[in-house]
Amino acid sequence: MTTYYLGIRHHGPGSARAVASALDRLRPECVLIEGPPEADAVAGLAAAEGMAPPVALLAYATDDPSRAAFWPFAEFSPEWQALRWALAAGVPVRFCDLRAAVQFAPVLEPDPDGPEDLERAAEAVRFDPLTELARAAGYDDTERWWEDMVEHRLHGPGPFEEVGEAMAALREQAPPLPAAAQRREDQREAAMRTALRRATREYGSVAVVCGAWHVPALATLPPASHDSALLRGLPRTKVTCTWVPWTHGRLAARSGYGAGITSPGWYHHLFTTHDHVVERWLVKVARLLRAEDLPVSSAHVIEATRLAETLAALRGRPLAGLTELTEAVRAVYTGGADAPLALVRERLVVGDLLGTVPADAPTVPLQADLDRLCGRLRLKPEVEAREYDLDLRTDLGGGRSRLLHRLRLLDIDWGEYLGGRSGAKGTFHERWRLDWRPDLAVRVVEASVWGPTVADAAATRVREVAARAETLADLTALVERTLWADLPSALATVMTALQAAAAVDSDVADLLAALPPLARAGRYGDVRGTDAELLASLVESLVVRACVGLPAACAHLDTEAATRLRGLLAEAHAAVLLVDLPELRDRWLDTLSRIAGRDSLHGLLDGWLTRLLRDTGRWDAAEAERRMGLALSVGVPPDRAASWIEGFLRQGGGQGSALLLLHDPVLLGLVDRWISGVPADTFPDVLPLLRRTFGGFPDPERRELGRRLRDPRAAARPVDVALDPRRAALVRPVVALVRGVP
Amino acid sequence: MNTDALLPGTLRPHAEQEYATELAALAATDPRPRPPGWRLSPWAVTTYILGGALPDGTPIAPKYVGDRRLVEVAVATLATDRALLLLGVPGTAKSWLSEHLAAAISGDSTLLVQGTAGTPEEAIRYGWNYARLLADGPSRHALVPSPIMRAMSTGALARVEELTRIPSDVQDALITVLSEKALPVPELGEEVAAVRGFNVIATANDRDRGVNELSSALRRRFNTVVLPVPETAEQEVAIVTRRVAQLASSLELPELPSALEEIRRVVTVFRELRAGLTEDGRTKLKTPSGTLSTAEAISVVTQGMALAAHFGDGVVRPADVAPGIVAAVVRDPVSDRLAWQEYLEAVVRERDAWADFYRGCRDLV
Repeated sequence: MTTYYLGIRHHGPGSARAVASALDRLRPECVLIEGPPEADAVAGLAAAEGMAPPVALLAYATDDPSRAAFWPFAEFSPEWQALRWALAAGVPVRFCDLRAAVQFAPVLEPDPDGPEDLERAAEAVRFDPLTELARAAGYDDTERWWEDMVEHRLHGPGPFEEVGEAMAALREQAPPLPAAAQRREDQREAAMRTALRRATREYGSVAVVCGAWHVPALATLPPASHDSALLRGLPRTKVTCTWVPWTHGRLAARSGYGAGITSPGWYHHLFTTHDHVVERWLVKVARLLRAEDLPVSSAHVIEATRLAETLAALRGRPLAGLTELTEAVRAVYTGGADAPLALVRERLVVGDLLGTVPADAPTVPLQADLDRLCGRLRLKPEVEAREYDLDLRTDLGGGRSRLLHRLRLLDIDWGEYLGGRSGAKGTFHERWRLDWRPDLAVRVVEASVWGPTVADAAATRVREVAARAETLADLTALVERTLWADLPSALATVMTALQAAAAVDSDVADLLAALPPLARAGRYGDVRGTDAELLASLVESLVVRACVGLPAACAHLDTEAATRLRGLLAEAHAAVLLVDLPELRDRWLDTLSRIAGRDSLHGLLDGWLTRLLRDTGRWDAAEAERRMGLALSVGVPPDRAASWIEGFLRQGGGQGSALLLLHDPVLLGLVDRWISGVPADTFPDVLPLLRRTFGGFPDPERRELGRRLRDPRAAARPVDVALDPRRAALVRPVVALVRGVP
Repeated sequence: MNTDALLPGTLRPHAEQEYATELAALAATDPRPRPPGWRLSPWAVTTYILGGALPDGTPIAPKYVGDRRLVEVAVATLATDRALLLLGVPGTAKSWLSEHLAAAISGDSTLLVQGTAGTPEEAIRYGWNYARLLADGPSRHALVPSPIMRAMSTGALARVEELTRIPSDVQDALITVLSEKALPVPELGEEVAAVRGFNVIATANDRDRGVNELSSALRRRFNTVVLPVPETAEQEVAIVTRRVAQLASSLELPELPSALEEIRRVVTVFRELRAGLTEDGRTKLKTPSGTLSTAEAISVVTQGMALAAHFGDGVVRPADVAPGIVAAVVRDPVSDRLAWQEYLEAVVRERDAWADFYRGCRDLV
């Protein structure tokens, strides 16, 4: 009976190479791999046709797919190499870690940290002693030390014995873990030992492929009762396992299910290249940059190679690592520029490799969740297109709308949104055309990298999109889509990104356009406490920034631009009133009143602002009259004055109303005097403007206007405002109800 | 090594004179192989630049405060016999680093071509002593070698400052030197071949790239190292404090109580605007067009100290540094003003301890 301990670094290409060659040499009769034992049933699929890494092993609770965990593998993962070797050699292979069920079963004792945090805490402590070891060897960076000592050893015998000894020494001095994390750690190692005992009973020689840290704990086996005591009473949940496609980008992600490998593309290169690693990498980079029209010649490649190797020698490294190569690329290829390096990072260092899984892999939980939701919401994937009119006030309609909006966020375009919910007014209906195409099933599998349920996946996806979005407009649209899809947890991320984008966006129009959806979100959306605060501060910062930029943005506009800006300002103004923060409202109105009356301002905007400030009570009637008098004085060009009148009388660009003129004889007199005073030769120029303004008023108002102008005494007569207190009292409760005040 | 005795009263000694003892100690204890023509090994050069202590306890003062990797790339470049181009915004210690590299590697930092819009080709190749030329005809004696030519014949490092200020046709004279490692003298029918150890360090201003962009033929012969602005606020505060103290004593400003608080403020403002992000990482900002380098921060603080000493009550107050900051930030009257006002309203105003500063700036805009 022989046991081989192959201690590895997860996702280390050097470890993967060493594991593969060690297995070839040792030819064990059974291979144990660190991973969830529930996955034994699907392990065989790893050798199936159509399976290509990066892929991830996915385990989820059968009755609740939202509780799930992923184990990602790349080509260069030692576990993957061990798995492939065993399947090719026809040797039994088993996963020997704690059951996946334990990981996402509810924690029985009250514990502030989730299971994932326990794992993190253990990881942190484990890593620290390695740092000590690296420092002792003169390295300031643990990853690089491990790379030099282990990963860069391209040939020769594996380092497993030395690594095991080093780990044993480290474990003796490791600082204690938090109690909960330590218990989990002990349970995991007990599970590994139990699996090992069973395997050694059945087979003559067994190879264990596990994290190097665990090797010393497996080397000496305590009595079986010790381990079974540790493992007693762990929760049992029914778990389903399957394979899902993964990407190098997801391997690099630090959060969520990412493996936190910063350079999967580089590792892939290290693993798949057997000679001239440095030269081949630099050629790859050169070809990439050449494709982007950057002049990189073979001479550059030669010089970069020399520099990288000299740097490695200067730093005492056996082989130039990614750090040296990147520095050489920066110094020689790009002339110190960082932008091309970002491209190299995205395309090569991380890479955009997407894995595939065989078609007969078990259903992914996202599909299971989608089926469940379809059943509940009585929707059937049908190839024939059908239209639905959803009433959002009902549970069924609201649920269907949420599902379809979420699927759209995941690029699963089952439903086509036909509109029906106009942004500001908010009717309660949405119209959709549903049309299921077979390729959408593939999209579901692809989308399952984002999460196990539709809601989780959509939220993750929104976060990802928000992180990549560049313009304010993109993010504003995303806010609205997130609201429709009812994903409050993702909303905060979108809003944070929006805040960042707003800071660097110098286009006031963009800032103004971003306000209304946010204000609506705060007012009508389902926003939780913290989000509401964030939302308010976001709206506030947008308004402040808009206020700073607005004076310049309003200057010297032509009619078309002024009309557009008026529309934006009107919506933004409504938004400012909607969020109902007195201080913000004052600041906004202050800015508007500072702008109004400037000579550089288009007449349309000036008139519109004057009216707005009068209506909000910022200026009294006398001030508004004074302003109108100024705007309509002789010194002002007639076309400007005419557009001023248009802005003043047609609020919001609608048909407008003459009521103000009817009620305020002074204003009417001003307008009348001005029109009478327009010289005959310029009158035809302003006529179209005036006709557009006055022609839109309702007929009775126009008639009344004419009557008063013909008879000045009628104009002077005050409007009848006699109030009947008895009748008014009858209406009061209704008004109070409508306005929401007691 | 340049052993010329230092004249008393010299305003600024060369690096190899000022640090002669350190260089001698490094050379004495350096066991590692030295590239041909080098006085020190690449490891010792790195130690000389970044500071440290020798095995025998001799301390080596740090000359450049910053990323070790950058210095390593620069030294490795010179060791592979490639010309080195140091890029960076003004005030990032490009010339400083180039001088010390030359001093450590060749023991001579004086082979210097200062690039200007009027730099002639003679400054890079060679000129003639016309009296001799007329009297004796072309000969070696009539030839006046440029610093580059002298560096080639002695196997030393030549320095070219502000490379991009030099007219393009003159820049291109360097191509032959860098690729052939020889300088032909057609008038004499001979050439000056470079001795091993010869190399060129050039510096150029990032923002001046457009002035006389290097031809791609020339650019290809350089490895580029970009010197960044200081990485952490503490590092930058330390640099500013040290330089301000030196400047104040050489300008003979009256002694002032510590201006650390204002220095910190100036550095914070500059860093935040430069990075387009507040130090707490919560608010993004527009970046103004000015460089806002450490060197500018130093001059703003010195100016504030001068104001406080001569016109104020001797204590550096927010109002003393405010005009300098505004002048440094608002270079473009439209876009910079917008960025500055946004910064004032969105960031400065919200900071409780910054109320005086906010008022001081607000009055100026």
